[in-house]
Amino acid sequence: MTSIGTGYDLSASTYSPDGRIFQVEYANKAVENSGTAIGLRAKDGIVLAVEKLVHSKLLVPGANRRIQTVDRHIGLATAGLLADGRHLSNRARDEASSYRENYHSPPPLKTIADRLGLYVQAYTLYSSVRPFGISTILGAVDKDGPSLYVVEPSGVFFGYNGAAVGKGRQLAKTELEKLKLSELSTREAAIEAARIIYLVHEDVKEKEFELEMSWIGEETNGVHLPVPKELMEEAEAKAKAALENFD
Amino acid sequence: MDHVDWQRLKTGEVNLGTSIMAVQFNDGVVIGADSRTTTGSYIANRVTDKLTHIHDRVYCCRSGSAADTQAVADVVHYTLQMYSQTAGQPPSVHTAASVFQKLCYENKDALSAGIIVAGWDKEVGPSVYNIPLGGGLFRQPWAIGGSGSTYVYGYCDATYKEGWGRDETVNFVKNTLALAMSRDGSSGGVIRMCVITEDGVERLFVPGNELPKFWEGHEVLRAPVGMKKVAGETGIVPMAVEA
Repeated sequence: MTSIGTGYDLSASTYSPDGRIFQVEYANKAVENSGTAIGLRAKDGIVLAVEKLVHSKLLVPGANRRIQTVDRHIGLATAGLLADGRHLSNRARDEASSYRENYHSPPPLKTIADRLGLYVQAYTLYSSVRPFGISTILGAVDKDGPSLYVVEPSGVFFGYNGAAVGKGRQLAKTELEKLKLSELSTREAAIEAARIIYLVHEDVKEKEFELEMSWIGEETNGVHLPVPKELMEEAEAKAKAALENFD
Repeated sequence: MDHVDWQRLKTGEVNLGTSIMAVQFNDGVVIGADSRTTTGSYIANRVTDKLTHIHDRVYCCRSGSAADTQAVADVVHYTLQMYSQTAGQPPSVHTAASVFQKLCYENKDALSAGIIVAGWDKEVGPSVYNIPLGGGLFRQPWAIGGSGSTYVYGYCDATYKEGWGRDETVNFVKNTLALAMSRDGSSGGVIRMCVITEDGVERLFVPGNELPKFWEGHEVLRAPVGMKKVAGETGIVPMAVEA
């Protein structure tokens, strides 16, 4: 961290002499410290899964969800600062409802990702605000089929077949690359997603975690919903079994 | 609440007292309109083009105030140019119609505009949307509009069939508009039509002296059948007048 003490990291509206914006890089650090979030684009749908680290045994199970619903057919998962994720999902909902108001049809995910990208980027321009401390995975099944995007703290966004953000993203990405995502059903993808989250969780460092998982596909009639209890239990059981074989 | 007078025009305002129409068929839509624009009883333009380009495969037929409908069409044209740039693909006809509808509904107190939006898109193929005076939005297999349309609803109901091809649809539009123009004093001139398909937009034109002809009436006050014709007499029997 040679940048510390140079003064170029005090504002997001100041470049360092070699053209970097340190505040945006620090925002990425906030993402790297967060529990892993992944997204899978399967044959007929999308699965979002999050490794939600539980910092206190006193928390109600299922509280502080990191997967949100933006529109009937759009889900959003974040890694990073929880409050920033809440704020961005509210903005995404406003964008989706504005699109519906103007065009009387469900918004394509590309449009929502585009607008969220513009919004996040605007927070890298002014000295009075800080960049978002989150990376956002957006998933939807729209008129063109399933699609998956990631919006980063800098405001850039890319489309993916499989996406991973947060602490365990490197291992998660190598696992995602092994999958034939375009041949997987959404149900099969949910099983794989659970396995990957269990795999990347380091139970030595972090004691407790909750698996949070949602999907959109033919089985949900194109609606973004939490993965049902029965599939969740099956996926978790298989994930734990796979983990024992892995070791 | 005060009553809203939809039909009001400002003095001297140019009006499209119109006959317009759009019909969907297998691979596209046919839209058509007369060409008369009036200020009161004066024909301000007898060769008006009421078929207005909105996007590559979306057109609209305008009726009501010429100024209002031109302004609305310009705004929608601009909006859809922006839309196609950001979305990276052309807008659907439904999208275009929704933008028209929003403008017409939210400004209903200020506008007098009856618009038919029609075209072709890759989602549903050909489609026709009617946006009447209050700013509703209705998808229809065929739509007629303007003051002339009231005279030909029965003709359309009796004639229209599903599954027509291009030529049958063009004839239907041409005949309907000719009938409407012959009965409606605020419609007339020439017939302009467009055929919009996946492949492109084809413009058609029927001059005023080549309009399809239908029954045009004949003299009623003539001699009863079988009455002997006398030289010098016209054969016309005047009506009996009571003393």
